[in-house]
Amino acid sequence: MTEEIPEVDYVSGTGIPIRGNDIDTDQIIPARFMKVVTFDGLGQFAFFDLRFDDDDEPKDHPMNEDRFKDSSVMVVNANFGCGSSREHAPQALMRWGIDAIVGESFAEIFAGNCLALGIPTVTADHETISELQSWVEENPDGDIDVDVEAETVTYGGNTVDVTVDDAQRKALVDGVWDTTALMKSNARAVQETANSLPYIQSDD
Amino acid sequence: MSEGTLYDKVWNEHTVTTLPTGQTQLFVGLHLIHEVTSPQAFGMLRERDMEVAFPERTHATVDHIVPTADQSRPYADGAAEEMMSELEENVREAGIDFSDPTSGDQGIVHVIGPEQGLTQPGMTIVCGDSHTSTHGAFGALAFGIGTSQIRDVLATGCIAMEKQQVRKIEVTGELGDGVEAKDVILEIIRRLGTDGGVGYVYEYAGEAIENLGMEGRMSICNMSIEGGARAGYVNPDETTYEWLAETDAFRDDPEKFEKLKPYWESVRSDDDAEYDDVVTIDGNELEPVVTWGTTPGQGVGITEPIPAPEDLPEDKQDTARRAQEHMRVTPGETMQGYPIDVAFLGSCTNARLADLRRAAALVKGRQVHEDVRAMVVPGSQRVQTAAEEEGLKDVFEEAGFEWRNAGCSMCLGMNEDQLEGDEACASSSNRNFVGRQGSKDGRTVLMNPRMVAAAAIRGEVTDVREMKEVNVA
Ligand code: SF4
Repeated sequence: MTEEIPEVDYVSGTGIPIRGNDIDTDQIIPARFMKVVTFDGLGQFAFFDLRFDDDDEPKDHPMNEDRFKDSSVMVVNANFGCGSSREHAPQALMRWGIDAIVGESFAEIFAGNCLALGIPTVTADHETISELQSWVEENPDGDIDVDVEAETVTYGGNTVDVTVDDAQRKALVDGVWDTTALMKSNARAVQETANSLPYIQSDD
Repeated sequence: MSEGTLYDKVWNEHTVTTLPTGQTQLFVGLHLIHEVTSPQAFGMLRERDMEVAFPERTHATVDHIVPTADQSRPYADGAAEEMMSELEENVREAGIDFSDPTSGDQGIVHVIGPEQGLTQPGMTIVCGDSHTSTHGAFGALAFGIGTSQIRDVLATGCIAMEKQQVRKIEVTGELGDGVEAKDVILEIIRRLGTDGGVGYVYEYAGEAIENLGMEGRMSICNMSIEGGARAGYVNPDETTYEWLAETDAFRDDPEKFEKLKPYWESVRSDDDAEYDDVVTIDGNELEPVVTWGTTPGQGVGITEPIPAPEDLPEDKQDTARRAQEHMRVTPGETMQGYPIDVAFLGSCTNARLADLRRAAALVKGRQVHEDVRAMVVPGSQRVQTAAEEEGLKDVFEEAGFEWRNAGCSMCLGMNEDQLEGDEACASSSNRNFVGRQGSKDGRTVLMNPRMVAAAAIRGEVTDVREMKEVNVA
């Protein structure tokens, strides 16, 4: 975390399709890799059990394919990131190289965790996503432009509308997703709210 | 938009201001922390030279990585020892209360909060753990957060959030014999879907919910997140207050109890509250529910056939097919008779004293099946001690269960308690994801704690209702 908060109104890069609904954070980063006190180095463990077999030999998985190894826009299906609240999941994806995720829908805590890292999670309907996934398969070198402010995704000369949650859009576009600094500046109001609460008054 | 619900009231009480992002800055009344998700947040705080703003409103425990057999220090697992030491240092530096294993108060974060009376009605409660929704059973607004948000709460005592919609889930009637809170929530998730609650907070109401004790209410709120809802709650009532009066917070301070009770009463949803959605479920119709798949939404009544993927909505078919292959179940059959290798009685969903009592009553005088490895992992040291004093430990051990120390254990397999190879596990926990219990080929069948006991004894998934009359001893 740096004090310089960049605006993330636009992400551009090649895509990688990760297919399937209800992909949970236990799959994105298995719990045994969470026995760490920093997030450094988590990238290599992203989707580990789907990417490697018992002998750590690579399996069939897009993240193991050479053509996708420099991808930065992940294209996923519905309810992506459900389950555990572990921020290790988006951290692992980010450290693998993902800068934005386009999907049918996202679990809320996961989307919030992505936002805290400056990773947009934008949504579109099932058909749009399927088409984009197929296009990425065919065009692993093709750029996908995610315009957070305009709520569009452009690929192969094709621009489609996507949805970005209002608060997320504002936070990313204005570079105000560093909520710590924002909220810290309201310290006096925080104290007033705290003092007004019966269960805090009774503690004094 | 909802109006006059507990959610609206507690939200308003804790609103500090509206942020430029449009989000609300919400004051956090209780911040619970554990060893897995907090160290990075303390690290970020140090990088920015910030201090913990409200250490007195923060409470720590160790649960995920703590060994449940040999707890002598340093832990045999070096990584676990490092996480524990890091937590110890962080709480010492910041002056945060820590229910550590030497205190006798340690346990799963969602068991110890309610047990010590830290969890109270009308509070906002957060923890870097998705099952924080558990605390909603007390009429608190409780949600899981990510590590960057933990940093926010540590640094400012607040969290930035958008207001959500409220869905009232009314469970009418009376639950039949053998049907428990766990079955109610598995049924809710099965009907509304694992993403049905996205964007919603769930208010659980109705006669069947009101008749539950606090443990049952906690089991239900616990799994709100499995239904996609970030928080779930039950309005506080006499059952809630009876529990609270016995906790550390109020046992010796009846005056404080009386002083706070009007506030607790005031946050209850109004009779004419407006909801964004209302769902009604007939509690009379429910039977024990077990999962056949690899998401908590893939559940089925114990006497009902496992659905064929092609009979499910199109967007569920693919996941169902893969799940059935992984679990090796056959559509058209019931889950009864599904052989199990392991029985796990534990987790923040179902490892409280009342859960262990019910399971022990079934186990008494019976033996664990010879092919089954069965273990009980109490939710907290207090539960453990109470259960030992009551003789429950003896009942379980005589039957062939292993009796362990408190922790998350095989719920997520971050310590040494893990499934091996393709073992099948009857589990009282909350997640049946592939790999969840420590082996990527492991198979988890979620069910209520008495059903786990029944499965342990028979060596296969069993309808607990068939067993009770033969319980002689
Ligand atoms: S018991 Fe399981 S679900 Fe509960 S806090 Fe521990 S790991 Fe999470």
